[in-house]
This record gives sequence, structure tokens and C-alpha cells, in this order.
Amino acid sequence: MTVSVIQFGGSNCDRDTVQALAHLDIDTELVWHEDGLPADATGIVLPGGFSYGDYLRAGAMAARSPIMDEVREAAESGTPVLGICNGAQIGCESSLTPGAFTTNESARFQCEHVHLRVENADTPWTDHFEEGEVVEFPIAHGEGRYEIDDARLEELEADDRVLFRYCDEDGEVTPEANPNGSKHSVAGVLGERDTVAVLMPHPERVSLPDIGATDGQGVLRAFGE
Amino acid sequence: MSLSDADRELVVDELGREPTRAEAALFENLWSEHCAYRSSWPLLGAFDNEGDQVVVGPGDDAAVVSLPSADADDETYVTLGIESHNHPSFVDPFDGAATGVGGIVRDTLSMGAYPIALADSLYFGDFDREHSRYLFEGVVEGISHYGNCIGVPTVTGSTAFHEDYEGNPLVNVACVGLIDDPDRLVTAVAQEPGNKLMLVGNSTGRDGLGGASFASEDLAEDAETEDRPAVQVGDPYTEKLLIEANEALIDERLIESARDLGAAGLGGASSEMVAKGGVGAEIELTNVHEREPNMNAMEYLLAESQERMCYEVRPENVERVHEIADRYDLGSSVIGEVTTGNYVCTFEGETVVDAPAEFLGDGAPFHDLPAEEPVEQERDLPDGVDLSAAFEAVVGSPNTASKEWVYRQYDHEVQVRTAMAPGDDAAVMAVREAEAGVAFSSGADPNWTDAAPYEGARAVALENATNVAAKGARPHAAVNCLNGGNPEKPDVYGGFKGIVDGLAEMCSTLDVPVVGGNVSLYNDSVTGPIPPTPTLALVGVKDGYDAPPAALQGEGELLLVGARSLEGDAEARLGGSEFLAQFGGTDRFPESLADPDAFVETLVDVANDESTLATHDVSHGGLAVTLAEMVTDEAGASVDLDAPSKGSPEALLFGEQAGRVVIETTDPRSVREAFDSVTPVYDLGEADDSGTLDVTLDDAALSYGAADVADLRDVIERELA
Repeated sequence: MTVSVIQFGGSNCDRDTVQALAHLDIDTELVWHEDGLPADATGIVLPGGFSYGDYLRAGAMAARSPIMDEVREAAESGTPVLGICNGAQIGCESSLTPGAFTTNESARFQCEHVHLRVENADTPWTDHFEEGEVVEFPIAHGEGRYEIDDARLEELEADDRVLFRYCDEDGEVTPEANPNGSKHSVAGVLGERDTVAVLMPHPERVSLPDIGATDGQGVLRAFGE
Repeated sequence: MSLSDADRELVVDELGREPTRAEAALFENLWSEHCAYRSSWPLLGAFDNEGDQVVVGPGDDAAVVSLPSADADDETYVTLGIESHNHPSFVDPFDGAATGVGGIVRDTLSMGAYPIALADSLYFGDFDREHSRYLFEGVVEGISHYGNCIGVPTVTGSTAFHEDYEGNPLVNVACVGLIDDPDRLVTAVAQEPGNKLMLVGNSTGRDGLGGASFASEDLAEDAETEDRPAVQVGDPYTEKLLIEANEALIDERLIESARDLGAAGLGGASSEMVAKGGVGAEIELTNVHEREPNMNAMEYLLAESQERMCYEVRPENVERVHEIADRYDLGSSVIGEVTTGNYVCTFEGETVVDAPAEFLGDGAPFHDLPAEEPVEQERDLPDGVDLSAAFEAVVGSPNTASKEWVYRQYDHEVQVRTAMAPGDDAAVMAVREAEAGVAFSSGADPNWTDAAPYEGARAVALENATNVAAKGARPHAAVNCLNGGNPEKPDVYGGFKGIVDGLAEMCSTLDVPVVGGNVSLYNDSVTGPIPPTPTLALVGVKDGYDAPPAALQGEGELLLVGARSLEGDAEARLGGSEFLAQFGGTDRFPESLADPDAFVETLVDVANDESTLATHDVSHGGLAVTLAEMVTDEAGASVDLDAPSKGSPEALLFGEQAGRVVIETTDPRSVREAFDSVTPVYDLGEADDSGTLDVTLDDAALSYGAADVADLRDVIERELA
């Protein structure tokens, strides 16, 4: 029962994720990308950071690293996979999840707390929340604007694969509450299976009670079940 | 710039011959103001740098202090370093600022520490000027790009605007690192002849040549085009790999001594290591892993290519160091070894440098420069300023305004230690390894030190200490970055001397050892010298990580602690204030507290008391700005300054005496008791749930809702969005 947190060169939320999972008594190990995925991985996190310095495009180089073939295989066989921030970019770049994350509308890096509305509470990542519940997570990204073509977005929404949307504190999805210009305010989506998810906000940063709120635990607990 | 005649004579005397071209270049850089502190060293003895907590004081890459620990066998250390990247940031703001971050982080690595927090204190010309904005935006973007990518949170800092930075902005970057086991500590002192010297990291190219000497002269009018080759370009991805590789090398105890390659490149780092160890070295320059063909000896020696470390490694560990570097896709090379002789460099076998290491490092004579005592300013106040107009101008000034536009671009939460984020008085980091909260504050106020170098610098030290104390942390240690103009001008040097003495005096009074620092002189351009600017980066420690916020909770009484003038204890003065910066005029600088150390000590205890709901230090912009910053949509305040005889309303609202704090408390009596015989406590009024700040003075009244205040304070965001 060990969750693998994959370290690429330039990952920088890898240890944070391990700490947050350890706080929830979930066994975790750091896995250097060149060492390959352990056979007994019961879950996989693609952590935040700047893999390969975000050169080319955020997540593009890591998505083509050999370990991602193993991650895709594991995902197809039902192993839970979560991509956070840069991990979400890697997830989309490697087609684990649909769409793409691109440069914020502000064209600047943004580190701030945002409100998210839980869109589908019937997934491993959200079943600790209620549908429509408003949670507070931090974002920290320069390329977090979700983009996807209209037809696929419609399909995604029809299939209930939008996990979170940016909203105001009352749960209203408004342009003002959308920090980066994401299409339909999408902050996180599911892959083909609901065991695969990516999101730009950082659950691991709101999981340790000694430094503040703990809304993020709800997402990470998926690995403990 | 080249080696001066007087220096050349000294070198010829010592070597008994003319220096080679490579030697002359090395001496020129190592004996530059930037590296050798020739004009400032005679002043720096003013700082107290001793204390039980000090493990490594000034002189290494970064200072090391221990955190309070119940168990002497289980100590945790933090490192503290600061550096300036002023001239490069003028020439190329993005890369200049980015490489400043890279440099201070490597200073942290070379002590065996893991960097856990960054602070940036930035100073630009008037915000209204387009060129200032260009520099400001570029610098912030450069810090954001580099700091975010390497995964080190930027948690605090300061931003100030003053017309005298127009031709010479300042970028002062501080870093805190963590050493969770004393065994991991490494220094720059070379240990043992026979050990190998290795370079790990980026390959060497012809970039940043002569950076140290470039940093040691006034900025010329054409510096933006002429000096661009002296600015390095950073690669944060490589730096991040270097951070992880360094951690792995320290994990396996493979490093005997270490120094990062900064000013004066390989020549600087390697000669300083062996000089400190009282040993020598033999280095073959062509062994360096390089990225350009046909480099000459001088280029190998002095290139300031970024993201490189020099390590002393035992011969039997060399292979393992190569392996770890490979794992992180970093280059590595054995460039030579530690010897008992001179510092010797060869180029394709031919000796190009052969000089005693100590002479290279410490042979530069100091300058004894004439100093002119600064003139104290007299009272000449502007007439007929409407109080509301003054409030709006001061609260809406870019100097006192919200800096959210800045810190939102910095990842301030990575590493999950940030218990108190930017925007408050000080950041608080959770150092779980020692169960300690480490509070961090960094800044200076050019208005203060421009008006009164000595008193202003004392106020800077007290203000930083108050920032951490208001969050319940006891000031523990500090480093300074002393920025001045051309020291050869007696009035400039006199002002510089003033900030050194003032900062040193207050740090001693507060019993805060100044464990390291950086001096940056020749911050002079066609627009004249900068105001003498003593950035202090100070850490405090506390039990646990909780701290009272600056924001009002709306449920307590409001007390103002430390305000001498409101108690009729001192004249209310406006010297050095944002009010005068806005409306013109001069005044004497406010008198400081009688017992600043007792004030800080008591504040620590009061801030940690359960009955304390909010605390906010009073400084830039005075009481008006402090109160405005405390108001939220949910909480407001009614304040009655019924003190017409104690000074003009302007002086009471906008005077900037340091060492004051506003406290919201449910137990005002015990706060009064705590500060009894320490400093005056003034009853301001009450916090409430109005979301409005109401201030009544003798025959005037101000009333601003949280939204009005937010709008005023939003000036940077509004202008630069």
C-alpha cells in the first residue's frame, strides 16, 4: 500500500505532497523518474513544480519521459492517479486527461487562495465533499488557464467529468472569481476513468492543520481508501 | 576599470615580479570594493556579531545560528544570508534580479543547508516614472521566475519608491536555510591538502566577466547598453537540480568544504576557500567543464556563469560526486587539488597565477575616507493641508500601498511551512524540525535614512524587530545589506557611516547579533547618489506557529503602545514621513523609545497572550496607515485621538516614530500592566463590526469604509494590471 510521488527534475511540490499524505497516515514514497514506477504502487501523484524548467511548454517534456508510459498503463488498470498543478499540466500533455492548461489571462504568475465549487461529489477525489460545496484552495501557477474545444467541453460536462470550478465565496461561478480565465471556470477534471484526476489548485498546501485550513485533505484521502 | 597603480605596486612588491594578465585581472576583481569591502570595512566593526546562538558568524557564504532547543544533542540550525544585485538589475532587471536570487540560494547551499524562505527588499525611483515601472515590473518578474521555479517560497520583503533611486535601483535578496542536523554543516574553510577541488553545476562560458568590478563603480549613463555583458543570465531549472544534488551530497557527507561561484567566479571561490584554510591550491583551468571553445585563462578564472559550486572532496569520494551530479544532469569536473603552497593556476600546463591565497583574499588595503556629518533637518512644515486629502495621499501612496501585486507573483507557500503569509508584519515559517516558528522580516525606509541616517537606521532596526515581535517572535539574529552611493564623496560617506552606526547601535541595544551582511557602494548615477539604505533582514523565533493577524477581529479594545508623543512624552514630529514626501517640507526625525529592548520583549509576550486578537506595527505612513491596513469588510474601528495639546493632527496621524504597535485586545488592563514602566499605552478606542475606520481628532473627523481603503491601497495593482 504505497503511493508513488513521481519526482521529475524541477518538481518542487513532491516533498510537500509526501508530508500531506503522511499526515493522513497514507504510505508514500518519492520515486525519481529515471528509476521507473515501483510495481506495487497503489496510487500515483504527479506533483507540482516546474519539471524541466517548463521549457518548451509546461509539462510537455515530462509527459514524454519514459516513466509516463508506465503511469498511463497503471492508470488504465485502475490505479488512482492525481496530477496537481504542474502535474495537471503533465496529465493533459500526456493525454491522461483532456484539454490543456495554458498561460493565465493576466500573463503573470499568480499565488493566491481561491474558492472552488465541488461539481461532482461522486468521485474518489471528492466524496468527502457535498456537491455544490465551496472549498478554499491555493493556486500558484503562471499557466493554469484551462482550454479545450467546445465540443469536447460539452461532452466533458455532460459526462460530469468537471471536478471543481472557480467560484466566489458564495459558490457563484462568475468571471471575477475566475483567477486565470479558464474556460467555463474549470479548475480540475477527470480522465476517462474517475480514478484519474488533475487540478491546478494545491490540495497538499491546505492539508496540514498546523499552518492553517485543511480543505485539501478531502482530495488526498482518495489514496487512503 | 583596471588595477590601480598603488595596488599594482603592492602586488609587484609581494610577488617580486609584474603580475601576469590573469593575475592582474584576478587582483582587480578580488580587491574591488564589492569583494574586499575596502571603504566599508573600517566601519563594520560597529556591529556586534556574538551570541550563544551564533554558530558561524560573518565571513562565510551565509551565517549559521542555532534555534532554541531543549535538547543540546538535537539542535537545529538556520542559515541567514543577504546580497545585493543592484547594478545588474538596472542594466537588465529580469536577469539581474533573477541571478540575485540564485546567488543567495547557493550561498545557503554551500553551508550544507536547504533553502526554506526568501525575502526581497526592492527600491526604485518614483512610481510615476515610466522607467521606474519598467524596472519594477522586470525585477519582480525575474524574482518570480527564478524563485518560483526553484521551489523556495518568497515570504516577505519590502518595496519602496524614492526619486533618488531613479538611476540606480536596489535589489536586496535574503535567504533563510535549514540545517536539521549539525553534522550537515559545511563551511568554506578548505580542510586538507591532497583533497580534490571539484566544480559541479552549470558549464562555464564567457558570461558575467568582470561583474565584481562592474559592481564597484558608478553606473554610467550608457550602462544599459555598455555593461550588459557583465550581467549573467540565470537558469533556475539548473539551480533546482543543484539544490537537490547538493542535498544528496550532504546526505552522504561527501563534501569537506564548499563555496558557490559568485563574484569573481572560479578564481574568487577557490582562492577564498584555500585562504580560509591557510592552505594553497593547484588548479588546471582547462579541466573546467565549459560550454564555449577557446576560452582563455582569464575567462575561466573570472566568468560568472551561474549555478556552479566549488567543492572540496576527498579523493576516494570523487567518483560518487560525479555519479550524483550525473543523476541530476549536472556537469562536474575535478579542477585541481588543495596543496600546502601558493594559489596556483595553470592553463594547458603553463602557470598563469602563482600567488599566496591569503594575499589575494586579504591583501587589499582599506580606504580611510573623509566623512562629512549629515545635517539635521529643521522644522519647515507645509501649510494648510486638508486632513482628508492627507489621509488619501498617504494611504494611497505606492510606498505604503498594498504590495499584493508583488507578492502574488511569488510562490509564497511551496514547502508547506508558511503559517503567516506576506501582507502581514512578518512571515512566520513552521520549522517543525525544531517545533519552532521562525518569523522573518526584511526592509528599510529611504525616507527615514534620507532625512536622518543615524536615527533613521535605528528606526529601521527597531521596526524590523517590532514586526516579528508583533507576531510573538523574539528577535534572534539579523543580516544587513548596506547600500550607499560613491564613498569618495565625503557627504555620501558621512551618510553611509550614519546608517552603519545607527543600525549597529539599535541591533546591539535589542541584543540581536548581526551575523553577516553585504555592502554595496557606488550606487551613484547621473541622477546622483541613492539615499543611504540599510536593509535589515531579521529572524525571530517563537514556540509554535500561530500568530495574531494584523487584521482587526472587531471584538476588542484598541491600544496604541509606544507612542511617546500622544502621552506628551516627546514632541510629535514628521521627519522622514510619507506625509512630507507627499506634501513637501522638512522636520526633525521622531525621538525613539527610551527602552526599545523592553518594549520588544514585552510585545513578544503580549502578542502571544490569548486575549490579543490582532497586532500591527506602526511605521511607514504612521498611525493612519496602520489603522487603515487593519480594517476589513467585517471589522472596523472607532478611534478618538483626543489630544490637541500633544501635537498637530498631522504629526499624530502621520508621524513615523518606530517602535509602536496597535493591539486589539479583550483584556486592555493586562496589556497596560505589562507595559507599565516600559512605554506609554494609549487608549485609541474600540474595534467593531462596522467595516469602517472612524477617526475623531479635536475638531476634525475621518471616516473610510473598508472598500474605500482597499481602493486607495490598490494603486500598484490598478496602475500595472
